[in-house]
Amino acid sequence: MNVNALRAFVVKEFRHILRDRQTLIVLLSMPLVQVILFGFALRSDVRNVRVVLVDPSPDYASISLRSRFAATDRFRVVATSATADTIEPLFRRGAADLAVVLEPEFGGHLGRGEPARVLIASDASDPNTGTTMQNYARAVISAWEQETVARRGAVRIAPETRMQFNPTLESVNLFVPGLIALVLTLVSALMTAISLSREKERGTLEVLLVSPLRPAQIIVGKVLPYLVLAFANVVTALLAAWIVFHVPFRGSVTLLIAAALLYSGLSLALGIFVAAKTNSQRTAMFTAMLVTMLPNALLSGMIFPIASMPAWLRPVTFIVPARWFIIVARGIMVKGVGVAHLRLELLVLLVMTIVLLASSIRSFKPRLA
Amino acid sequence: MRALRMLLRKEFLQIGRDHLMLRQMFIMPVVQLLILSSAATFEVKNARLYFVDRDHTTMSRGVAQRLVASRRFTLTDASPSMERANDALLARRVDMIVGIPEGFEREVMRTRAGSVQLVLNAENGAAAGVTHGYAAEILRAYAVELGAELRPAVQPVSAIDVRTRGWYNPELDYRDYMIPGILVQLVTMIGTLLCAMNIVREKEIGTLEQLSVTPMRRGVFIAAKLIPLWIIALLELTMGLLVGRFLFGVPMVGSVVLVFFSAGVYLVAALGLGLYVSTLAHTQQQAMFVTFFIIMIYLLMSGLFTPVRSMPEWAQWMAELNPVKHFIGIMRAVMLKGAGITQIAVPLAILAAFGAAMLALAVRQYGKQAV
Repeated sequence: MNVNALRAFVVKEFRHILRDRQTLIVLLSMPLVQVILFGFALRSDVRNVRVVLVDPSPDYASISLRSRFAATDRFRVVATSATADTIEPLFRRGAADLAVVLEPEFGGHLGRGEPARVLIASDASDPNTGTTMQNYARAVISAWEQETVARRGAVRIAPETRMQFNPTLESVNLFVPGLIALVLTLVSALMTAISLSREKERGTLEVLLVSPLRPAQIIVGKVLPYLVLAFANVVTALLAAWIVFHVPFRGSVTLLIAAALLYSGLSLALGIFVAAKTNSQRTAMFTAMLVTMLPNALLSGMIFPIASMPAWLRPVTFIVPARWFIIVARGIMVKGVGVAHLRLELLVLLVMTIVLLASSIRSFKPRLA
Repeated sequence: MRALRMLLRKEFLQIGRDHLMLRQMFIMPVVQLLILSSAATFEVKNARLYFVDRDHTTMSRGVAQRLVASRRFTLTDASPSMERANDALLARRVDMIVGIPEGFEREVMRTRAGSVQLVLNAENGAAAGVTHGYAAEILRAYAVELGAELRPAVQPVSAIDVRTRGWYNPELDYRDYMIPGILVQLVTMIGTLLCAMNIVREKEIGTLEQLSVTPMRRGVFIAAKLIPLWIIALLELTMGLLVGRFLFGVPMVGSVVLVFFSAGVYLVAALGLGLYVSTLAHTQQQAMFVTFFIIMIYLLMSGLFTPVRSMPEWAQWMAELNPVKHFIGIMRAVMLKGAGITQIAVPLAILAAFGAAMLALAVRQYGKQAV
């Protein structure tokens, strides 16, 4: 009888979701839109640097160096002037990112074998891009120098670089696992939290609690439909990543989907936990957002590398579920590793899920009394 | 006017009653600011190194020594076996492998040129790029040093002397850059989501119908919903700015008044969007979800995390319609570069237009429902 009741309850939950067409459409199309949009648009590399060239006394050498900048794809020369006064207004208006200032008599100094000075000034209000742009400019200058200025006795150590697992440094490969984690959190944690607290707000949860269904069964019934939705979302996101961006799938797809389901189970448990602790949809949404979305986006290594974080913050990332899932997803997709290399991460996810599920079921019990 | 005052009072009472949410609204942002501002950096402070030395000479050891001495790299492991190094890379025990081929020193002595193999874990492309940049820079410096050692008679410095300088943020402090943006993110999320759930909540509870039969005008209703959250969001921003200023020492080069003026304009746009969604939605769940969807796109495409100019052209055009992008731009320009009203006039005008459009839509949509 209990099994029948559970089935009826699950059917009711599915109806609830299916009835709300608008949300369903958003829910199903969201991973697709996000993977495509962000896959094209999110790039952490720096392109199209707008550069100001300052050349007080043009001569053969300085003009040759200037044309080198103009010929490099990465740079776009927006202004060339004789004095450094032009830089400031352009920077402030945001019309230029980088200034290359040659000293007076640049070519003359070079010809006489004296050091010729160049100043590279960047708009470093974004320090990351600022440094990267400086490095690009340096590379252009040293390449030009190597070709045109003969240097006796200089040693050259050429780095032969191989970017393992992601040779073209495609940002998509980095973001897709993170996006999957984000979408799963949104669907699983937030939706469950809200749908449960909605029953609370309306008073229908009490009706459920006095029914022959046990708290664990209520939770299963609530969770199951969202698990199905989450699964559909993972599949769409992966298909989009594969078809549109040719993100590699070096490892086992089955393992990846299993890991994704485990992760959505974890998020669902988190959602239930939040709902058990809050009283209105508004607070539930708010809490779920603060404890899941922001940490998952910023502390998971999705965008910003964990190794870059200060030492006190790194242990904090251990309790962020998405951190572990992203390692698993990237490992499987980009590196093609199997369970053997991901034992620890999968175990952590499993333990987190069990602990959260147990405590959310427990926190439901007192309400029965 | 009296109707507006009464409605405002009601809204404030309702918000004040929800203690848990009030607490979250004011404590969480501070916590988030503390944590997130430290998290959001691409700078790679310390990369773990696997050193594969097949040359075993002073010069090959010098490479490892220079890398470690820079404090950017830690030597985690070393062996002459490339297989074992690759294994370590696969298991994420190291971030970079440095391989010195056999005969490296001999090659450098004879031809003045040698090659060093760098293998990076590029799962995270941006971090790998940064790490590679550091390594290449150190190798270049080492080459100059070697050149001076080998032929001390020849002028040791490279012929072109390149100096670099970062304007507006000479210490290249990431926090200064991120905090204005993270503040915008927090204020946007809190304000827009609360607005989005507000009207639809009354719909769900059934009190909206009661309001609809009162003689109150539609504009007054929308204003009463907007103003309390507008004030809360501004308070939130003030708090965030104070934390940023006194805890992190984020500079305020430009005018504070200008920051608040633009924030006021921006918040009308952001909250107006929330209200519009709220008038459209039927359930709180729906409103929350749609708003989240929009905010997520706005935030990730705002240039907060990744530079807008790295995006393809069509995405940059889309970004022009993104109020979050404009406001982050304004905050950074005013706070870090000291931009005045003339420099931010265009984005400010776009924000104002966006806000007006959103409010008009919300009022119209609400009117449709009431009939």
